[in-house]
Amino acid sequence: MSSPRDGGTDWEMVIGLEVHVELHTRTKMFSSAPNNFGDEPNTNITPTCLGLPGSLPVLNERAVELAITMGLALNSEIAPSVFHRKNYFYPDMPKDFQISQYDQPICVGGWLELPQGKRIGIERAHLEEDTGKSTHVGGGGGRIHGSDYSLVDYNRAGVPLLEIVSRPHMNSPDEARAYAEELRAILLATGVSDARMEEGSMRVDANVSVRPAGTDELRTRCEIKNLNSFRSLGRAIAYEAQRHIDLYEHGEEPTQETRHWAEDEGRTHTLRSKEEANDYRYFPEPDLVLLNPSREWVEDLRARLPELPAQRRAALREATGGEAADVAAIVARGLDRLVRGAVAAGADPGRALTHAGHNLSMDGAADLDPAAFAALIGMEKAGDLTATQAKTVLAEMVDTGESPEDIAARLGFEAMDTSALEEMVERAVAANDAAWQKFCAGEDKVQGVFVGFVMKETRGQADGKAVSAILRARREASR
Amino acid sequence: MSAVEIAAKVRSGEWSAVDVLEGHLEAISAREDEIHAFNLVMVEQARRAAAAVDDAVASGRDPGPLAGVPLALKDNMCTHGVPTTCSSRILDDWKPPYDATVVTRAVEAGAVVIGKTNLDEFAMGSSTEHSAFGPTLNPHDTTRVPGGSSGGSAAAVAAGFSSLALGSDTGGSIRQPAALCGVVGVKPTYGLVSRYGLVAFASSLDQIGPFATSVADAALMLEVIAGHDPMDSTSIPRPSPDISSHLDQGVEGMRIGLVTELMEGIDPDVSARVHQAAEALTAAGAVVDEVSVPATLYGLTAYYLIAPAEASSNLARFDGVRYGLRVDGPDTAEMMIRTRSAGFGDEVKARIMLGTFALSAGYYEAFYGKAQKVRTLVRREFAAAYADHDLLLSPTSPSVAFPLGAKADPMSMYMCDVCTLPSNLSGEAAMSVPYGTGAHGLPVGVQVLAPAMGEVEMFRAAAVLEAAAPSDHDGEEGRS
Repeated sequence: MSSPRDGGTDWEMVIGLEVHVELHTRTKMFSSAPNNFGDEPNTNITPTCLGLPGSLPVLNERAVELAITMGLALNSEIAPSVFHRKNYFYPDMPKDFQISQYDQPICVGGWLELPQGKRIGIERAHLEEDTGKSTHVGGGGGRIHGSDYSLVDYNRAGVPLLEIVSRPHMNSPDEARAYAEELRAILLATGVSDARMEEGSMRVDANVSVRPAGTDELRTRCEIKNLNSFRSLGRAIAYEAQRHIDLYEHGEEPTQETRHWAEDEGRTHTLRSKEEANDYRYFPEPDLVLLNPSREWVEDLRARLPELPAQRRAALREATGGEAADVAAIVARGLDRLVRGAVAAGADPGRALTHAGHNLSMDGAADLDPAAFAALIGMEKAGDLTATQAKTVLAEMVDTGESPEDIAARLGFEAMDTSALEEMVERAVAANDAAWQKFCAGEDKVQGVFVGFVMKETRGQADGKAVSAILRARREASR
Repeated sequence: MSAVEIAAKVRSGEWSAVDVLEGHLEAISAREDEIHAFNLVMVEQARRAAAAVDDAVASGRDPGPLAGVPLALKDNMCTHGVPTTCSSRILDDWKPPYDATVVTRAVEAGAVVIGKTNLDEFAMGSSTEHSAFGPTLNPHDTTRVPGGSSGGSAAAVAAGFSSLALGSDTGGSIRQPAALCGVVGVKPTYGLVSRYGLVAFASSLDQIGPFATSVADAALMLEVIAGHDPMDSTSIPRPSPDISSHLDQGVEGMRIGLVTELMEGIDPDVSARVHQAAEALTAAGAVVDEVSVPATLYGLTAYYLIAPAEASSNLARFDGVRYGLRVDGPDTAEMMIRTRSAGFGDEVKARIMLGTFALSAGYYEAFYGKAQKVRTLVRREFAAAYADHDLLLSPTSPSVAFPLGAKADPMSMYMCDVCTLPSNLSGEAAMSVPYGTGAHGLPVGVQVLAPAMGEVEMFRAAAVLEAAAPSDHDGEEGRS
């Protein structure tokens, strides 16, 4: 991007994302307490969740499986890993330390491919436990400082998290959004997480810096927190990058710090500087043992990986020849299997993509029977249904599960024969002579008058394209 | 009173568990004011438990291998609904909502929990003087300490308050007080006994084990509490070993090494007993020689970095937020500071500060990192010694019980654990067996060390030493 103030330097954004996702397990990371969002506060707890004296952590095997699954989906190496203690005092941390993987994470390296084709490197993904959730009541604007008292819900304490750290490979807010959205799509496809940003089961922090375009330097970065939607993510990055550019162009430099995105103000604020950073006194968690997944286990999980979004996009393009953006949108909405199934059953790929792209936004569309979808497209191609009728029938198919033939018959959608249509067009012309003169003079846009007339007369059952064709033929003949 | 005998006679219906309990409660009434072994005597709960054992026997059910045996628990083991204090003000009035695994297993085996015993606060100490509730005194001489940190448990067994007791051993906290009180004390292989419900001091070193008046009683107790526990990730996934049926197999043909380095700086009355013990083992058919394990000399330094480092993290949770003591302050941080300042004793504070420092950025490698390397070295050298020895032998404590207040200097107190803590660093088994008396007619303990899971061989040697031990008035050269 280039600076609005200075045409001299072109700046390039450098963005890396740290994404925390809650793993979709039945129980917590180190205890048998249920992992359930939204329950009555402090009901999903055990002595371990509360860090009671004498309690011990026992690693949840399912959490490890989900971490490995995500690692495999991100093309990571699955490595022997170690849990550490991250020590700091905070009331929502029951033990006043957090169990987290540190310098030996379970997933090392890897990459994620954006729908437009760019590969974003993955640095690592590691397992850790979540903290409790604090609510600060009274003054202080929701912050601990200045509040009258605080309430802590330990239901979240010990919920398994996977922190996925990208390499600083994104160069625009759009790329960062695309990365986060693709990551979410993979999490959903694999069942690793329900990845709901609004419930906090997917939390994105952005590391942002800028550099002169064309260089590969890495300048001082700031970490932006409190990004609660993909939209916030894009806006915050754009704001922060511009802030850095402004500083550089005034001969100043940003300082490395953590900043808070204020959505209502549309800006970031200092949260804590590097100097204020805690000394976490990491050391290996002595209550847990080395986590060293066997080859067999990893390969078994690899074999059970579902088809991932990138593979689905590739397959859909191959099946339909569609444009990358259209294909990506259809995969994102989970309609690709329907389209591929219909095409395999003989449907016209173009019509299948068009319907999936425009006429199937309702719930349940993905469950449509591909063969029935193909049959509908066949009827449309054969001229038995108009495009408008096909759309109506499609909606009914999703709604009722009836066959397109039955629905068309029930709604009286039988294609009008051409002579009836021609007669209708004659009446339309007779009733709108002035418009007809304009049409003959070449004003194509007035043909809407005739099409509208015919549609009204037929209560929408006529094929608009057929009406246009008759009109044009009549004009040719009258010349 | 022998646990083996009590259990056998209660199971057969010859004795009543209630009578056994009342006998012990009488002993407590007679001397507890003087000794202060307990933080809490659970009179009513114990009476109900004993009655339940008798009911089971009367209705033809077997209460289990510890039927009716009184058991004292170090007060750092969680007991459901019963205060668990760690002898610290900071756990003021805290009642755990759950039982430690060892408590569950002992109760299921028919044991009658008689009380919670005093300790050095959070098990940090070697004399039981660092208790927020005052010291425990040695039943053999009440001007002297019982050792520590499990001094209450050792004293309770030595004074006949309880047939059995459980303690925890992080650097010698079972074996050293066992030696000073003249009872048997066992630190099992790390992972043999579940730590679930043991309030952690140093997680990688802590291990629960028995106190008993005999080797056979200690074996019985250990068999009940040992074996895999899915609630403890460091628990060894094996069933409890059968030790009792091997106790009489002797040491014929065993190779036993007397550890040279652990004989240095030992009081002569103690080292004389250790040499006698070596001779007794030789007489029983073992081949005893001297073996050098030099890394044991660095053990103390490594131990006093690793244990405080882990403790600084383990004890962070005592912050006044959820349970125990809270001293209010103007904000959360100040509340935590005031709570911890008021709730912890000086020794605990010193170790938290030491451990925090050892883990701090810029010091980690020089202190904690280096200590871990020493730990590896200790393991390696023990492994080398065990390559041509079945067991090792040493004193348990450098001296007999010392007077209260005699070791006000922390370093001299820390030296009490020099012989015991190498086994914690290596995670291997060791136990103390009474072997006659030393200066002032006070008990001397001999330590038998074994490789990991070497409990059976260790107990066999202990049984030989128990049988050969000089009676109270035999050959007390050092007696004043």
